[in-house]
Order: sequence, then structure tokens, then C-alpha cells
Amino acid sequence: MTAPNQLLDLARVRADFPILRQQVHGKPLVYLDNAATSQKPKSVIDAEARYYAEYNSNVHRGLHALSQQATDAFEAARETVRRFLNAAKSAETLFVRGTTEAINLVAQSYARPRLKPGDEILVSQMEHHSNIVPWQLVCEQTGALLKVAPINDAGELQLDAFERLLNERTRLVALTHVSNALGTINPIKRLIDLAHARGAAVLVDGAQAVPHIVVDVQALDCDFYAFSGHKLYGPTGIGALYGKEKLLNAMPPYHGGGEMIREVTFEKTTYAGLPQKFEAGTPNIAGAIGLATAIEYILGIGLDVIAAHEHALLEYATAVSKDVPGMRLIGTAREKASILSFALDGIHPHDIGTILDHEGVAIRTGHHCAMPIMTRFQVPATARASFAFYNTREEIDALYRAIRKVKEIFGV
Amino acid sequence: MTDLRELYQEVIFDHNRHPRNAGPLPDANRSAEGFNPLCGDRLKLYLKVEDGIIKDIRFEGAGCAISTASASLMTESLKGKTEAQAETLFKEFHTLLTEKAHAPASFPDKLRVLQNVREFPARVKCATLCWHTLYAALANNSQPVSTE
Repeated sequence: MTAPNQLLDLARVRADFPILRQQVHGKPLVYLDNAATSQKPKSVIDAEARYYAEYNSNVHRGLHALSQQATDAFEAARETVRRFLNAAKSAETLFVRGTTEAINLVAQSYARPRLKPGDEILVSQMEHHSNIVPWQLVCEQTGALLKVAPINDAGELQLDAFERLLNERTRLVALTHVSNALGTINPIKRLIDLAHARGAAVLVDGAQAVPHIVVDVQALDCDFYAFSGHKLYGPTGIGALYGKEKLLNAMPPYHGGGEMIREVTFEKTTYAGLPQKFEAGTPNIAGAIGLATAIEYILGIGLDVIAAHEHALLEYATAVSKDVPGMRLIGTAREKASILSFALDGIHPHDIGTILDHEGVAIRTGHHCAMPIMTRFQVPATARASFAFYNTREEIDALYRAIRKVKEIFGV
Repeated sequence: MTDLRELYQEVIFDHNRHPRNAGPLPDANRSAEGFNPLCGDRLKLYLKVEDGIIKDIRFEGAGCAISTASASLMTESLKGKTEAQAETLFKEFHTLLTEKAHAPASFPDKLRVLQNVREFPARVKCATLCWHTLYAALANNSQPVSTE
């Protein structure tokens, strides 16, 4: 097995992921649904288990030893997230359930109190539903308008149209860093600068970006950056929201409850400072510890090594696709993460998905929570293979063997 | 493990490639729209019902092989049936796929080719979308029906 990148010891990293030894329908599992959720290394699974087995306790309130240990681990996890995003202060990194909750938090606590009728929120045509619907809710609540920057046939944002849509009414720009359905990597720094030049704040949906790209929120100068742990080899139900301290301080709490207060009386309650103001209730402690462990794991391999390997897989898969008659790629941006969305002439993606599954190959089929993209490319759905650093060229060969089987069964 | 050939039988391919009763029905007096939000499949069903009898039935929409074949086979099996018979078939088909029960001897053979779909739980909704839409059309429900 020749590794596209010699720095990555594929056999060793694959051994870190217990689930990859599975058989599905009697075939070795070929897991190519990483953009939906990635698999978890044993270190992450063990870190969660160790918390529950050895120091499970509530954080920020007990005086006893276990509570102190849990609090230390939870806050150390926050520091790991801060370092991962290169935020200036750990108080700027809030733990949330995931990207969806992070965006809803910004929509309700940042946008809603500020927006007036006629104000505008600008998104792109390639957004996931979670970066569309929270803004539609805010528009209904405030009378603001949702504007959409179009994409071209390759699935790239049309920069000139984006610039034209920015105006003095634009209060907020919400953009994905990497498209989940197309793989497109947006020129996010440039887009942030353009938005700031017109006085708009910027939220970046980083759910698909953080597993592939080094993110430096200070260099980007974004106002908010959101991501989920489970796409980053961490647990489900945990994610993080970065926000500039000045903005977070000026925002009202998203949820009320324990942990987020300074003093409560029936007449008046004062709120805790950052980050607790936005972390009402007992948080997902095990999840935060698991997420930090996942971050340490990928930083141990190196995001540049990961990106190089995944890029080689994408190039190989893209090249092979040209030899498959009737196979069409949806999303052919020049800058792409390791996502291969495709259609086969005369065969619905659901039928592709079922047959691939029987060959042990797990992909996603459907609209990928991005129905406007399906409308844009005039397809009801696509089949999507998404690669992680533990995937191999042999697995891409298995994908294409399965695709040829689909065509054989359908006789096309 | 159920073999893929038991799901994708030749009859299903035939109806997928050459769907029967596909297209609009200008003199329809009942219609309904079905939607599967899981995959985005949409289906429009048109019926011409006279004296309680389904005189004609046609469908429009693009979907997977299972949903297209199911709609095609359904329309074939319903022409000339009474509304009560159609409703009975809906219930029998639904039970056949969701509860793994046996259909009665009277159940049409041509619809039995779809019974192996029940071995593929993620695909049951593909086969039942047209039948849920039929149920809505017979009830004259103008709201689009969803498989969710």
C-alpha cells in the first residue's frame, strides 16, 4: 500500500479507530460518510469512559475533589479549543451542542436584538439548512430580509454578486467555510474583509472546515466561528462557538438557568461573566473532554499531513470518475475539501446507496440538508462520498467497484 | 442477508424504465401530492373517480427505482377498483411492508414483487409514498402528504 503522503502511517492511524475493523453485510467496512460524522479514535472513546468511571462530577460548583478534577478537565478542554482556533482568550470559546446550536445562539442573542425591519442578513446559496433556517426565524421575528449570494456551475461563490449584495443595510453575513454538499472551500478571509468593509459582522460555519483546514480566528478576524465535535473525530452533542469578547459581552444570554448567573432574586438576576453566561445548565462534560482529546489526536498527526492525504484521495477519486460513463460530479470547485458528490445517469442516488451498502461501502445519499443546492443543480438528490485521513486508495477502488456493480445491476 | 436481486427484481426494473400510467390526467377529479423529506422525492397522483370506481389513475414525479416502480404497479392494480377496495389494498400493502405480515390470498401477485423491500428498512418509505398519496387523494386531502 503506497500512502500518498509518506508522513502518514495509514496502518497505524487505522488501528486507532476500532470501528474500522467492522464487517458490514459480510464485507469490510469502507466508511466514506465522514462529512456526515467521522469515526472516533480509541483515545476519545477512552477519555469519555475514564471521566465517567473515575471522576464523574458536576463542574463549577462542588468543593469536593471529584468536582475539582472534573472542573479542571472541562476548563482544560476549553483551553484546548481556544488553542485549536487560536482565539485570544478561552472566555471567547463557548461550549455548545454543535454548530446548529452555535448558529441559533448568534441568531437569537446577537442578531435578534439588533435587527430592524429592512435590515439584511446575507448568506450564500451553498449553505446547510442550519445556516439558513435560524436566520429565517430571525427575519420573521424582526422584519429583516434574507439575501442569498449565488454560486456558479462549479459550486463556487460568485464573488462579484456577493460584493454587489453587500450594502449599508447588511448587518450580518453568515457563510460556510467549506460546503458539506459540494466540498467547495470558500475564500473566507477575503469574504470576511469585504463584509467588514461594509460594516457587517460575519459568522463562519466551520463544521466541514475544521477537520481539514487550520483555522486561526484572529487572523481571519471573523466575529463568530462555529463547529461541531462529531465531524472532528470527537463525540456527538458537543461543539464550540468562538465569538469576539466585545460582542459576547454585549449580548444577552441565550438560555437562562443554573451556572449562567451571578446572583438571583425574584426581583432581579445578574448574569455570570464569559463564558458561563452562555452555558446555562450542566454542560456536556464528557463531550468537552472527548472533543479536546480528539483535537489533541488530530494535532498529533498534523492538519497539514491530514489535508495532504485527503487531497490526494480526492484527486485520485476525481480522476477515476472520468472513466465511469454516466458519472457526473456535483461540485467541481478549484478549491475543494475531500467531498465527492455525484450523480449517475438514469440511477437515483437512493438506489446507489442501497447497492453500495451491500458492498460494505457507506456513503450519504439525499439532499445533505442543503435543498437549495439540489434545486440549483436540478437534481433531486446526490450520492456523496467524503474522505477522512484514515481512508485509503484501496477503499476508493472499492467504491468504484461498487459503483460499477450498481451500473451492472441497472444495466446502464 | 437478503440478496440485492430480491429487492431489484426484473419486474421492478421494467416498471422503473417504462413506468405505466405516467403523466398528467386532465380530467382528474381527485389528486394529491406526496413528499418524502428524507430524500426529496415528490409524487403527484391524479384520479378520475366515478360512482365510487377508479376509472383512471396517473402519476407524475421523479424518484428512485423502488418508488417509481411502486407507483407504476399501484396505478396498474387500481384501475377499475372501487374506493373501498383501494383502501383495503393500501392497508394490506402497508401491513405487508411494515409489519412483515402475510398478505391475504386475494392480494395481487404483481404487488408482491415489492414485499422484499421490507428487508431494507431505509427503503420502505420509497415503496409506500405513492400509497400514502393515494390515501390522501381518496380522502380528498389537499395538503401534501409526507412520509415523515
